[in-house]
Amino acid sequence: MALSYHAQPIRAAHQTATQAAPKMSARSVDVFYGEKQALFTVDLDIPEKHVTALIGPSGCGKSTFLRCLNRMNDVVDIARVTGEITMDGGNIYDLDIVELRARVGMVFQKPNPFPKSIYDNVAYGPRIHGLAANRDELDEAVFTSLEKAGLLKEVQDRLGQPGTSLSGGQQQRLCIARAIAVNPEVILMDEPCSALDPIATARIEELIDELRESYTIVIVTHSMQQAARVSQLTAFLHLGELVEVGNTEDIFTNPRDERTQGYITGRFG
Amino acid sequence: MPESKHIVRAYDEELQQLNELIGRMGGLAETQISNAITAVVERDSELAEEVKQADARVDEMETQINALALRLLALRQPMAIDLRYILSALRIASDLERIADHAENMCRRAADLSDLPPGLAVSGIQRLGKLVLVMLKDILDASLAGDTEKVVEVWLRDEEVDELYGSLFREYLTYMMENPRNIGACTSLLFVAKNVERIGDHITNIAETVFFRIRARPLQDSLPEREPPEAAGEKRTPSAGDGDA
Repeated sequence: MALSYHAQPIRAAHQTATQAAPKMSARSVDVFYGEKQALFTVDLDIPEKHVTALIGPSGCGKSTFLRCLNRMNDVVDIARVTGEITMDGGNIYDLDIVELRARVGMVFQKPNPFPKSIYDNVAYGPRIHGLAANRDELDEAVFTSLEKAGLLKEVQDRLGQPGTSLSGGQQQRLCIARAIAVNPEVILMDEPCSALDPIATARIEELIDELRESYTIVIVTHSMQQAARVSQLTAFLHLGELVEVGNTEDIFTNPRDERTQGYITGRFG
Repeated sequence: MPESKHIVRAYDEELQQLNELIGRMGGLAETQISNAITAVVERDSELAEEVKQADARVDEMETQINALALRLLALRQPMAIDLRYILSALRIASDLERIADHAENMCRRAADLSDLPPGLAVSGIQRLGKLVLVMLKDILDASLAGDTEKVVEVWLRDEEVDELYGSLFREYLTYMMENPRNIGACTSLLFVAKNVERIGDHITNIAETVFFRIRARPLQDSLPEREPPEAAGEKRTPSAGDGDA
């Protein structure tokens, strides 16, 4: 069969991440841990249904910023957050914290399934948030979430077994299923693949790419290749400052700031 | 080469090595052009043979550059300036290899010129050759210095090459019409001139590559408004004999 060649424009006609409508916005966000300032006047728009990657050297404030988005810093006694963070235009501090955390879910570095069955891990959120009226609805929520997390096929015969009996990659996908079971709008991921092997990492990255159809995702990663692979928007932080933010393609091919260039090419900053 | 140092020293060393290889290959290509022109102008068949033999060395250098660039891409996962640097090395090596091929082709014609009728001028070829030789030297210098102004200036100089080639074409056509016995020699001279003109085109490719490496945007986007492209396009292809000789 003859091969046909379809010329395609290099840059697709769809919106770039920097043009997309913001789901969440940070304005002049400062974070202090006691006397020490961890973030300095960060302004950042998180585009809806895109993947935003936060990159930067250790201690640059990327996890701190991520934790501002669902007010995780509130649980740290000495932490103080100033500035404004909004979701769909509304201040997140005006929302009930339980509602905020349901709408802005989180997946951590190390898979942390509850010491419960696979089923109960996923059913936990819908149960406490009262999202299922009966057992059928709960089953539905659990199966859909496991399916979306790409885990259903692997675990459907052993839903009663403990979540901790799964492999690392499966546990992380279980945590993602648990996060999406409460129908969040935003999913925060703090180095979700750093404890996983390359195959499990690739599965999670593929999953992230599928999930962005329905969710807004913010991911903190130490792997620049991962940021390049999964995100559409990349923000580079350095010493608590947001140095540069742009379409991922631009950041990794032609960063504007010397510090970004130094970091992504592996040079002394 | 990108300036400040990488945290991993071996990475810098490999980039430096790539830089040296490109420099050496460029130097070799310059020698090949220079010798090829001398061989044609002075009808020196020994020198022509030397150029043909030396082409293998140019090919060998291209292979080395490809291997090193592939290694860097696979093992270092270069980003931004480094990525553009390595991609540009691959492209420049490929253009230099083609340039050397054209020099070799010129020498294949040198043998046909031994019975060149007296009075048939080769000075035009010499001028054309000198023009591209200086262009190549300048573009390699500009690349090393990261001087984009000079890169653009060299790029623009190709127009001179095309004009001179056009006038040579008309000159040899006149000789052929004057005396059919000139046809054989003039055809060979035209092929030689075409080879030199093509070298000029490869040098503009290198200029575009170097510009992109430094500025991360196409050279053509950065040019001041000039004559409409149609008019320029016509100039670039002076009637027949446009195939690769």
